[in-house]
Formats: sequence, structure tokens, C-alpha cells
Amino acid sequence: MKLMRFNQPDLWAVSPIERMSSLRDQINRLFEAPFGELARAGEFFNGWAPALDLREDKENLVASIELPGLKKEQIDVSVHDGVLSVAGERADESSNQEATCYRTERFYGRFHRTLTLPKPVKVDAIKATYKDGILTVTLPKTEEAKPKQITVNVG
Amino acid sequence: MNSLTKTDRSREAAAMPETPYVTPAVDIAETKEAYLLRADMPGVTKNGLEIQLEANELTIVGHRADAREGSYLHRESSTHDFRRTFVIDPTIDASRISAKIEQGVLTVHLPKTDQVKPRRINVTE
Repeated sequence: MKLMRFNQPDLWAVSPIERMSSLRDQINRLFEAPFGELARAGEFFNGWAPALDLREDKENLVASIELPGLKKEQIDVSVHDGVLSVAGERADESSNQEATCYRTERFYGRFHRTLTLPKPVKVDAIKATYKDGILTVTLPKTEEAKPKQITVNVG
Repeated sequence: MNSLTKTDRSREAAAMPETPYVTPAVDIAETKEAYLLRADMPGVTKNGLEIQLEANELTIVGHRADAREGSYLHRESSTHDFRRTFVIDPTIDASRISAKIEQGVLTVHLPKTDQVKPRRINVTE
């Protein structure tokens, strides 16, 4: 068996100029498309952007995201290159019942939030807990990122 | 006809001018036996929940358990408690209303009185 380095074919086979022009084509197509098609594309009308907070104490960065009514398995948390990413999907509980809906203000479907972490963190020590509809991700700061007191010596 | 679907906002605003609240997003569905109300209240525990029924008004208040340390670098969530009032349909059996909260979603079960439930009537000869 031969081990080969993995190449991303799409990215490298196309020159930057070609990529730019294909992007322009895509944008042009968007303006020509009827509105309904645009809405169905989904990426442009992201329905749910759950509220995200970021706090900092001496040891940790703590991110918390309001995600009411999910299951642990439906939440996907990852950290890559200093970017925290939280994604998932809230299933519609009411649709499978025989019910008439009067109000549907709550959002169902996919969500995805990313956050660039302002400080380096210990990736192996990140913890995530889900309680009372709030996902809390604790990201311990690296030693370099922690505040340090420097004593002044009198010479 | 079904007044559960209406939120009494005017009264809400008049009664509580000084304390700000957040209105939770709500789903209301009707089945043959009951109305089901679901409200998103992240950060609210069972102890932080107040549900009151006064005459025909159902008020739900959710206090956030806010014991967060550290300084905020970025904040999108609200500090205010949740509050919303609904006018209850007279066909609801007030004595059997039940509620539970699970992972920040409040579910209020509002059963209809037996009189209004659809019933099959057997025809006798």
C-alpha cells in the first residue's frame, strides 16, 4: 500500500483569477434568481443565530450560548485554529403530532455560530456542559495568555 | 374566538412600566384534548419559574439563574427576566393546567374541559 499526501484538487487546480470569476458568476446568478429560490438557498437567510456570550476570568475564557430545547447529541462543538464553532439542529417537536398551530415563534432547524478566540487556549483541556438550555464552553487559557504579576526589584 | 392566541400586551405595558422584561418566543398548538404552549426560556430553572393564573389571564415569569463570573468580552444575551401574559380561553380547565421546564423550554399543558371535547354520540334506535 502506498501512502500519498492528500491534495485538495478543487482548490489548487483552479487559479485564483478563475475562482474569482466563478464567484462573480454566482453572485450574478443570485440577482437573476427569483426571490423564492433565493430564500430556499438557506445560507442567505439564516434563521437562528442563538445569543452568544464570551467572558474571561483569570484562568479561562468562557463562552455560553443560549440553546433551549436541544439534546446533548444535537450539539456539535469544535475548536480549530483558534476558532470556536458551535453547530446543531433543533428538531420540530410539534410537527409529528396532530395539532393545529396558532403560533410558531420559536425557531427550528440548523444553526451555526463561530467565534474567533481572542487568546490562545489549551485545546486538550476544553470542556463543554449543557444545562438549563445553555451551552457553556470552558476554554483554559495557555500560560502565555494568563496575566502575570511582575515584581519590581530595587537595584 | 380563541383568545389564547392573543397576547395582552397593552395591559402588560401599563402594569409594569419600570421593570424591563424580555418576551420569550412561544409556540401554541391545539390538539383535541388540550392546548400546548411552549416557550423558550434559556437559563431558567424550575425554581426561577412563576406561573400565575388570575381570572382568565395566564402569566409566565422566568427568572434567570445568573451566577456568572468573570468580565464580559462580548455579550448578546439579555440580563432581563422573561415575562409574558396570555388570555386563556374559557374552554380551558384551569384546575388541570400543568407545566414543566426542560433544558430551558417551558411546556404548559392546558387541557380543555370535558364539555368541549369532541365526542362521538352513539345513535340509538
